[in-house]
Amino acid sequence: MSLVREFTKGIVAENPLFRLVLGMCPSLAITTSVENALGMGAAFTAVLFASNIVISALRKVIPDSVRIPSYIVIIATFVTLIEMVMHAFVPALFESLGIFIPLIVVNCIILGRAEAFANKNSIAPSIMDALGMGLGFTLALIIVSTFREVLGAGTFLGHSVMGLGANSALIFILPPGAFITLGCILGFLNKMQRSKA
Amino acid sequence: MYMREVLVIIIGAVLVHNIVLSQFLGICPFLGVSKKLSSAIGMGAAVTFVLVLASLITWLLQIFILEPLNITYLQTIAFILVIASLVQFVEMVMKKNTPDLYKALGVYLPLITTNCAVLGVAILNIQKSYGLAAMLANSFGNAIGFTLALILFAGIRERLEEADIPQSLQGVPIALITAALMSVAFLGFTGLL
Repeated sequence: MSLVREFTKGIVAENPLFRLVLGMCPSLAITTSVENALGMGAAFTAVLFASNIVISALRKVIPDSVRIPSYIVIIATFVTLIEMVMHAFVPALFESLGIFIPLIVVNCIILGRAEAFANKNSIAPSIMDALGMGLGFTLALIIVSTFREVLGAGTFLGHSVMGLGANSALIFILPPGAFITLGCILGFLNKMQRSKA
Repeated sequence: MYMREVLVIIIGAVLVHNIVLSQFLGICPFLGVSKKLSSAIGMGAAVTFVLVLASLITWLLQIFILEPLNITYLQTIAFILVIASLVQFVEMVMKKNTPDLYKALGVYLPLITTNCAVLGVAILNIQKSYGLAAMLANSFGNAIGFTLALILFAGIRERLEEADIPQSLQGVPIALITAALMSVAFLGFTGLL
């Protein structure tokens, strides 16, 4: 039962992007299309999954005073692996995500989960935590990128929708659109929460 | 000719492709440490110092160690370790030799390790295969761009404190919307180069 809770908390109650407001850089930069969001979400989840398992397995071995550098090395190793896999199998996606794949290393969500969860819990809950947080972050990216791609390019996953064509509001896939979309979504969620309380 | 190239890189990095407002690097400190003008200036100075130093060291590491040994795939791991230890080292040296400077910048230094602007610029310098002068110009320009955006933003946020903002937009949402408007303004520099 508690395993299920570890999984579901990351999706809504403790959603890393919408609730904890972590991992802003990739969420603003790569949400220009839903395809990028899916790719980033998958890469992010894979790294978090692997690093949570290893950190949780080694939690009694790593001395407390050097834990942060150790976590960074573990995370960087998995990021490098993912980088190589993506470069080999999905080169187009690898190109369009660009610098934000190596930058998963400094994503505060992954280090945050290592510090706040994996280092205190055994492997099974850490796996559920990683999957929940990964899915929550991916869903958040998909929501942001859906608004941006539909409004800014008039497409969804590359298919034309709403018949906007050339009349789409280009600003949404330009940098300002990222800030304004995320700002409005966060504001809307605050309003929802306040009216519920 | 060479001077002109360097100037173009600096102006491009500060205004046209501003690191925060158009490349989305270093958003966390941009939102976190921008509530007061004084802390924004401190953070900007700390980032400028570490970013230029880290870019130089990672660039030398890439050219003289990773490339000759053909192990460029270790780039991400090597760079983040260099940055993390550099930050620690700078902190120790500052504490011992320049206690005044340490008092001013000390609290911001540990935060810089996980600042993606530092790692981001280091990797971009390699990807664009810059030479030494161009690399230094790009790092310096980006650091100044970060500081500029941070200080402007802090100035606006100090005013926002007194503004009558709808309750659900208070905090991060209004900060993001403010950043969006600043980003629109910086979009105006696109035609500059």
